[in-house]
Amino acid sequence: MTTHSHIPRVRTLVLVWLALICATGMTTGVSYVELGWMNIVVALLIAVVKASLVAWIFMGVRYTTSLTKLFVVAGLLWLGIMILLTFSDYHTRSWMYQPQPWSHGPGNGPATK
Amino acid sequence: MAETVVPAGTEPAVEEVHLRHHFATPAQQMDAATLGMWTFLITEVLFFGGMFASYAVYRNMYLDAFASTSQYMNVVLGGTNTAVLICSSLTMVLAVRAAQLSNRRHLILFLILTMIFGVAFLVIKGFEYHAKWVEGLVPGLHWSGYTEHPEFAYHAQILFFLYFCMTGMHALHMVVGIGLLTFLLVQAYRRVFNANYFAPVEMIGLYWHFVDIVWIFLFPLLYLIGHRR
Repeated sequence: MTTHSHIPRVRTLVLVWLALICATGMTTGVSYVELGWMNIVVALLIAVVKASLVAWIFMGVRYTTSLTKLFVVAGLLWLGIMILLTFSDYHTRSWMYQPQPWSHGPGNGPATK
Repeated sequence: MAETVVPAGTEPAVEEVHLRHHFATPAQQMDAATLGMWTFLITEVLFFGGMFASYAVYRNMYLDAFASTSQYMNVVLGGTNTAVLICSSLTMVLAVRAAQLSNRRHLILFLILTMIFGVAFLVIKGFEYHAKWVEGLVPGLHWSGYTEHPEFAYHAQILFFLYFCMTGMHALHMVVGIGLLTFLLVQAYRRVFNANYFAPVEMIGLYWHFVDIVWIFLFPLLYLIGHRR
């Protein structure tokens, strides 16, 4: 019987582990550097790279069927939809309560200055 | 079908026992299991995603309060725990590899190592929680330690609330994971796994790596935002 699962090389696994440890050090180090709004972008970029490494090699997405890959991408897509719609709600909420020419009286949402 | 590969000491028909009748081949069975596990993990992604989304909304609202409050997190312990989890992921993937190669001794060794790293993570987390309690940084129960910026007092509680929810839910997943590893260890000891049958090891491995990925995002978002601002 043939093996029906990809057996990764130890070298590959150790290299990925090393990269993950280095990335952890990097993300910690860079948080001590003042970059303004870029800090969170860099931190998230490193986190995405680390997560991709874990998923691609450790979780073996690389070696799975196209169908499984499609499911993984679909999951991320749905996560994106959830975050996007949540933000579009919170971002536009304040627009609703701007005083409008037709909303002078009480009962038209909280009073704003 | 069950001629070679099966090591001495196991029942020769073990692989046939594990091939369910509705699958044509072990490979097909494995693909189905992998797809099912990923489907479950995607529900987990969305479960944690809800908490990450609420974190993002509140951080967006109270940027300065979150940056100031994040300095109360213990970066050394958080960073150590990140490294511990990454090591546990390596030993987990090595355990799967050992199972694929029918290497029972290495399988047991790496399962135990993974469990040790998992328990170490929880112990460190426990010390962290204890320190937060002593410092009075538990919103709703013991909140007296946040004095630096009185104007942020309310919003600081939101970050700590999110901190305990997210790391608590993550820690719960770790506890479940260690329970699953215990199950694997018993099965491995009983020589259940070999090159023809190791699906449970691989599936629980996927779960373990997923929990690692959650922490990879939790660490920068909770510990590293706005340090020494």
